[in-house]
Amino acid sequence: MAAVPAMVEPGLSVASSSATSVRQRPSALLVRLRAALWACASVGLFVGMWEFAWWRGWADPLLLPPPHLFLANLADQFRFFDPNGDRAGALSSGGSLGSVLGVIAWSSMRVTAGLALGFVLSLAVGVGIRYFGVFGKLTLPTITLLAPISPVAWLPVAVFMFGIGNPPAVFLVFISVFFVMVLSTLSQIDAVPASYLQVARIMGASKRQLFRHVILPAILPGLFVTLRLNLFAAWMVVLIAEAVGVGSGLGQVVMMARNTFNASLVFFTMTLIGLAGFAFDQALRWVQRRVLWWVGPSAAAGGL
Amino acid sequence: MGSAIQLNRVTKIWNEGEPGAVTAVDSLSLQVGQGEFVVLLGPSGCGKSSLLYLLAGLEQPSAGELLCDGVRVAGPAPERSMIFQEASLYPWLTVLDNVALGLRLQGVEQPERDSRAQALLRQVGLGDMGQRRPHELSGGMRQRVALARALAMKPKVLLMDEPFAALDVQTRARMQGHLLEVWRASGASVLLVTHSIDEALALADRIVVFTARPGRVKHEVSVALPRPRNPHDPRMVDLHRQLTELLADEVDRAFLEQETR
Repeated sequence: MAAVPAMVEPGLSVASSSATSVRQRPSALLVRLRAALWACASVGLFVGMWEFAWWRGWADPLLLPPPHLFLANLADQFRFFDPNGDRAGALSSGGSLGSVLGVIAWSSMRVTAGLALGFVLSLAVGVGIRYFGVFGKLTLPTITLLAPISPVAWLPVAVFMFGIGNPPAVFLVFISVFFVMVLSTLSQIDAVPASYLQVARIMGASKRQLFRHVILPAILPGLFVTLRLNLFAAWMVVLIAEAVGVGSGLGQVVMMARNTFNASLVFFTMTLIGLAGFAFDQALRWVQRRVLWWVGPSAAAGGL
Repeated sequence: MGSAIQLNRVTKIWNEGEPGAVTAVDSLSLQVGQGEFVVLLGPSGCGKSSLLYLLAGLEQPSAGELLCDGVRVAGPAPERSMIFQEASLYPWLTVLDNVALGLRLQGVEQPERDSRAQALLRQVGLGDMGQRRPHELSGGMRQRVALARALAMKPKVLLMDEPFAALDVQTRARMQGHLLEVWRASGASVLLVTHSIDEALALADRIVVFTARPGRVKHEVSVALPRPRNPHDPRMVDLHRQLTELLADEVDRAFLEQETR
């Protein structure tokens, strides 16, 4: 019985929010609060099951230490985080919360750089393919061929080309989004309504104006969604790169923890990775709402 | 009255030379006078819209020539503005910026183009809607914004492709009133495509009845009655009957063609 109003109410507020967004504020807040509570319940259930398994003795605390164990001695965990990363595998002295944030910042910086590079270059290449026939004919087949190759397969190439350090990690993130985003750019350009172009042409728009005032704003929202969908892939790839070829960052800490059989540190770092990825997604959502407001309230509210 | 538009034996064949070739317009000649309001009336899919696309310069004719003010139509130009069935406003621009976009493309500076766009919005009765976004407007309002946007180009010719077809009957009547006011104020020639006899009779100086595909001129009717017109006026009723009969044949033919295809 109680489930029925809970099902109906969010649906109602979505339907009417486009008409009067101001009056709906309190109920929108309520919807958000409710979503947050459910999120807490979901995480709580997961943690609870894990703790229960430990309490019953099913989960070996050395291999699968539950949260209350790996979160117990934070200072102890912090010692393993060294933002400079030039002593891979070794204990760095005097780890603090600052050094943990430093490590997260390094990983985040690599993801951001790779995503930004991928976004800009794939947009440029996609537009080039559609606008310059010869360029398109020369590049598109190769891009289509390279697109399905897993970024992990690019790892050795990244190391061959860039050695050790930031460049191979950024390159891998870039590769993981570039091809997908080029293909997405193409389909977005093809999906621009013909009447949008006709209206601008009748107004006397030049080819350049057509791109800047019509095509670019028309394809940006779709591209941004593609970017967000590929964010998680980018996070996975950066960790692999860090574990193998960089020597700093969250991926390096996980690899070090694995090598030293420190399960507690593995799970602690995994928690950090999850939180960082979540924060990234929220940040991109925020940018999407702010910069691409015309996508409309329904699109902003409905998941993607 | 000089002619703003002149079509000399214009033919348009879609997918010319391919198996699916369709003759949309067949050797059609037509004139529209300066400041004249001409309605093209015909069954759906009879090539009326193709004709507008040709006049807008968005498509090239397969044969024949189109002249605007005696100059051959070679491509799109602001002097020949077009309004589509859907308003096609840009969702990323405010209503005001939508109206001002054409001026912006022409390099008109911000304060100037904003004040001109604002004046046009007032003219179509949306003076206080400038800062809204298109998705906040009703269908009729959006179409009025599209009208203001077209007028911003100071067109000599307004091409309208079933502009009110997507609106409900009440909104449609109001929109027709708006259009007549704007038309009188602007002095532009209007070529409007519709399949509604009522709409044609309410608006036109002259009604051109089209045949089913391929589109040819079947008949022309002048409507020399003052506006606003009362649909129950005996002369209007008479014209309505006449047009209904003319159209009925063509609708039958259009159906036959679709069934046998």
